[in-house]
Amino acid sequence: MIAEALAGKRIAITGATGFVGTALVERLLRSVPGCELVLLIRDGQRTPAAKRTDREIFKNDAFDRLRATHDDDFSSVTSRVSTIAGDVTRDGLGLNEADRALFASCDIVIHSAAAVSFDSPLDSAVEINLLGPSRIANLCNEIGITPHLVAVSTCYVAGNRRGNAPEQLVSDGPFDIGIDWRSEVAASRRLRSDADAASRSRENLERFRDEARTELGAAGAPALASKTEQLRERWVKDQLVEAGRARAASVGWPDAYAFTKALGEQALTDVKGAVPVSIVRPSIIESALAEPKPGWIRGFRMAEPVLISYARGLLDEFPGVPEGTVDVIPVDIVVASIIAVAALGPERAPAITQVASGGINPLKYRMLVDNVSGWFLEHPIYDSKGQPIVVPEFRFPGRGRVQAQLGRAKKVLTAGEKVLQNLPLRGRQAEWSAQIETKRVEIERALTYVELYGLYTECEAIYQVDNLMLTWGELDDVDRAEFNFDPRSVDWPTYITQVHLPSIVQHARVKTTPGPAASTDRMARMRKQVLDPRRQVVAFDLENTLIASNVVESYSWLATRRLDTPERVRYFLRTLAEAPGLLKLDRADRTDFLRHFYRRYEDAPVEQIERDAREMFAQLIMTKSFPDGLRRVREHRALGHRTILITGALSFNVEGLRPLFDEIVAAEMSIRPDNTYSGEMVTVPPTGEARAQILLDYCDAEGFDPDECVAYADSSSDLPLFEAVGFPVAVNPETRLAAIARKRGWLVEHWSKSPGGPRPKLPIGPLLSERERRQRFGSGARR
Amino acid sequence: MPRPGFVLDVDRSTPPTLFWHGEGFRLEKLPADRSRVIYAPEPHDAIDDVDGAIRTALLHPIDMDPLPSLLFPGMKLTIAFDDVSLPLPKMRRPDLRQRIIEQVLTMAADAGVDDVHLIAALALHRRMHEFELRHALGDRVYDAFEPRGLLFQHDAEDPDNLAFLGTTDQGEEIEINKRAAESDLLIYVNINLVAMDGGWKSTAVGLASYRSLRHHHNPTTMEASHSFMDQHASELHKSTWRMGKVMRDHGPKVFQIETTLNTDTFPQPFEFLAKREWEWNAKDRALYLASAKALAKAPPRTARKIFHGIEAPHQMTSIQCGEVEAVHKVTTQNVYDQQLVEVEGQTDILMLGIPYICPYNVNSIMNPILVMCTGLGYFFNLYRGKPLVREGGVVILTHPTTNEFHPVHHPSYIDFFEEVLADTTDPHVMSQKWEQQYAEDDWYRHLYRTTNAYHGVHPFYMWYWGSHGMKHVGKVIIVGGDAATVRKLGFTPASTMNDALEIASDTVGRHPTITHMKTPPLMIADVK
Repeated sequence: MIAEALAGKRIAITGATGFVGTALVERLLRSVPGCELVLLIRDGQRTPAAKRTDREIFKNDAFDRLRATHDDDFSSVTSRVSTIAGDVTRDGLGLNEADRALFASCDIVIHSAAAVSFDSPLDSAVEINLLGPSRIANLCNEIGITPHLVAVSTCYVAGNRRGNAPEQLVSDGPFDIGIDWRSEVAASRRLRSDADAASRSRENLERFRDEARTELGAAGAPALASKTEQLRERWVKDQLVEAGRARAASVGWPDAYAFTKALGEQALTDVKGAVPVSIVRPSIIESALAEPKPGWIRGFRMAEPVLISYARGLLDEFPGVPEGTVDVIPVDIVVASIIAVAALGPERAPAITQVASGGINPLKYRMLVDNVSGWFLEHPIYDSKGQPIVVPEFRFPGRGRVQAQLGRAKKVLTAGEKVLQNLPLRGRQAEWSAQIETKRVEIERALTYVELYGLYTECEAIYQVDNLMLTWGELDDVDRAEFNFDPRSVDWPTYITQVHLPSIVQHARVKTTPGPAASTDRMARMRKQVLDPRRQVVAFDLENTLIASNVVESYSWLATRRLDTPERVRYFLRTLAEAPGLLKLDRADRTDFLRHFYRRYEDAPVEQIERDAREMFAQLIMTKSFPDGLRRVREHRALGHRTILITGALSFNVEGLRPLFDEIVAAEMSIRPDNTYSGEMVTVPPTGEARAQILLDYCDAEGFDPDECVAYADSSSDLPLFEAVGFPVAVNPETRLAAIARKRGWLVEHWSKSPGGPRPKLPIGPLLSERERRQRFGSGARR
Repeated sequence: MPRPGFVLDVDRSTPPTLFWHGEGFRLEKLPADRSRVIYAPEPHDAIDDVDGAIRTALLHPIDMDPLPSLLFPGMKLTIAFDDVSLPLPKMRRPDLRQRIIEQVLTMAADAGVDDVHLIAALALHRRMHEFELRHALGDRVYDAFEPRGLLFQHDAEDPDNLAFLGTTDQGEEIEINKRAAESDLLIYVNINLVAMDGGWKSTAVGLASYRSLRHHHNPTTMEASHSFMDQHASELHKSTWRMGKVMRDHGPKVFQIETTLNTDTFPQPFEFLAKREWEWNAKDRALYLASAKALAKAPPRTARKIFHGIEAPHQMTSIQCGEVEAVHKVTTQNVYDQQLVEVEGQTDILMLGIPYICPYNVNSIMNPILVMCTGLGYFFNLYRGKPLVREGGVVILTHPTTNEFHPVHHPSYIDFFEEVLADTTDPHVMSQKWEQQYAEDDWYRHLYRTTNAYHGVHPFYMWYWGSHGMKHVGKVIIVGGDAATVRKLGFTPASTMNDALEIASDTVGRHPTITHMKTPPLMIADVK
């Protein structure tokens, strides 16, 4: 009956790239052979809508089953689908003429696009959830068509209430407080502009800049600017998320999602005009019971992160009452209900159909917890050291206690992170900070879950499914077999332990086998990509990337090379006294520091420096080199890559490394006619964003593609360089860079000096014997 | 009268034997009734008047005219000398090289020779540091030659300063230092620490280039050298002697100076190292305890510093000069006289304590590749006749064998360890697959020529050096070695000597015969 009723129908679907949408498209294509689909999809930032259909829908494993049965002619399936670029946040859905005509030819519109995240900013939730359905109805009225509009909403529009929640509009129920959706829309838009204005106040902008600097260090002006702007935008968003939560709570909804959905139903009812509307309200949608395959799920949704956090031992308690009901419904039941409602047609379909389990086949919180902890005890997740994680026992605590606990943990971790960030750490030690940060982010996330989802486990509303069961009653056996949407068919223990948990554990890509962490595999994989013959140019930083030394050490070595012991002591005392000032300058601006520091070479005789620098190459540079790093440069060369050294060091100090590189970009100092150094730079020492520019210019001049370039560096000040290339490699990263590299999934290398090699305590040249000194430079010769 | 070498049969009353263990020692109780320990002969008496002996030798060479008569004004004179790899440990100042060269220079000055070059015969070794040159030559010679640019270190990669002399009847090419080749007289100053040193090996190896060296420094030749200490059974020496023939016909006139040392190896407070354990007195015991404990506690770097600071009291026992082969015959006999120890029959298990030093880590680090080379290349080859260990037997080395390398001296070793050994430990395979790439690498060439790095190909040579040993024995175990590093060498790590014997029993059964060759001091086992 259902398949026949929908045969020959053209169905428009919004939100097809979402969880329900993908399942819906798949089900219609598979189980309703006679229908045609028009998918309304938003253009992505880089991918146009049509491409998204291929990439995000047909490539999904939901289609494995269809693909298997249509071995050779999957195109006969996809040819039933057309894509139009549209956006429910724009009036008229932003359709062009042709697409509008195609849309106008549809018999049914299924609206499943929504901002489902519980912590969406208020304004975007309003634009999508509140105004989205109305915009569709408006468009239909404008064109003058009356397709059957099936709008997907949520059971939670009923708000925070106890007892039965029937299938009726909120405004028709006894607890309506008469909120006007139009003023909510206006208020949310005003809030957006207020928050935006506030974010541009002087204090706030300064704060964002400070935060950006703390995070990135001396990464150069452009990187800092972009980070600052990013922080401002995030702040605005956070304000609006906060505002949404507060507003929803103030009027009796658990969050902005349910709140805007409720008003969306109201708005749709108000503006629908001649368009016939059926609303379908699922509760919490989880993985598929059977269709297209048991456990199928798309995206990481609401309960999954909570369950995984629990299994990883991050969340040892989650608020909720043991006898409370968790209203969960498998996605295939929701999809089948939507299709059934569409098949009934505008006349026979109920105005509102709730698809939920609480009223008819409730899953109690205790049962859920028992099954989950039992399953994870049997199938533990393994930590990074390959040890199984034992899940804690649930004690059903109140929300306040859990929140307080997590809050304390977060405070401790944040403090620890701050301390570590301010220590001059490098390499593996710097990773501690990254690890703490990861822990903190995890705690923060857990805290958010508790805040957001805690309300749902505490929700004691029972969603009635009378209309759903009426529709179920009208089906014949064929439809009941093909389109099962009877919530009573779910056996919860089986569903949880055999369908849902195995599926989400697989999706979460957590470790389910003992043994060492997979991250080394990932690094090895990335190393292989970096060492691929297709790469073109490889840029290397010098200090702490290839050698554990710096410009100050090189200078000290050269400066002391010809001093006797008392002079050396004086030199070091002087340098120690200057150190704090130099450090400060270095933190503020690397280029200024270098320029200032290199003045010290003023009057140095060129010939003597060059000779001493040759000696220094063996005694300081090679002694402090990272053999793995030098080998890597050579590996790149052997693969035919161009290698460039980009360093703020002076050219004569890196002369010895020349055979390793096709190009050396270093600081150059001008030479006076009397063959002494002037202490002034010929070119600005390449630091920060200048390095990125140098590499890009080089690629441009030589015809290389920056996306095929590799950059090795050690500091967050090299961020612009990292961002300019396709393959960034963080070497012995300092704290900030370690955190950034971890977040962005960059290859991290830990290179060290040759173990056992000489470790001179001070960077000084070997002492000349007094006789030699006299002989070489005459008595009284100073440096 | 010094006592000759001695083979001790271990019984129940034998005290534990001292084993070298890198920058430290260990005492091991060997199984009674089937173990023996070979002790080196005691140092022979030294020549009292060294300078006089040198003078006499220079004036009365073998099969050649006295040195002064070979010197004439306007001639090109080149004096080549052994580099930092000899002697071991370094000798107390004044070094023999300094004493000899000073006299040679005096004679040259008297004869009015003013074109004199000094060349350190490095072959593919690292360039010497200034303080090492000063130690070998003395400040007077150094300060006279270095500032004037007349003191050279042989550069086997300088195409402008190599001369091709011809090929042997077996196609071996001879290419040596150009200045040496074009001199009117080439004087080579040797310190012949072991029987392998000297002869044509001095000039044909020390002053040669890779092109020339690869003909004998390869797995096939090395595997067929039984042993390096027995010139007539050594393919390596046969090859260099063939080259010597070409040198004699087409090369410069060579005035060979060879010297031998006694085995007085360790100064105070380390004399107990050369003593036989049952003769230790209370002071030796105390010194052993104190130094073993202190070294175990000290950071490796400190221990290394202490050991490399050791200057040996060894003294010259003979000097002979003149025609290369005639001189070398005398020298070899003198070395044998001091070092040979008669040993009856082979053994199932050969135990070798690996000390802190070998020719290639002076003032540097004994890296894992050098551990293998010292054990299976040098000590294994300290025999005449048959190897001490039977074919298919087991060699047990004691050494910490940590994954440590000197970044300046051994850069190509680091890559060899990481790259080549990860691929193969078979000398033949690596010589086919990897050698050329390392030998002709620009970066290694740059480091060899401008810093103090061994040549890129050198780690291969070290590995080949052990190829006969590796082929001959059934198993190699390193006691106390870092497990991962030892495995990478292709050997088996063991934490204690008992574990090692347990592991060895798979190869040689439950009751093997055991021989511990306690060296240094140096010796040569004359296996009957």
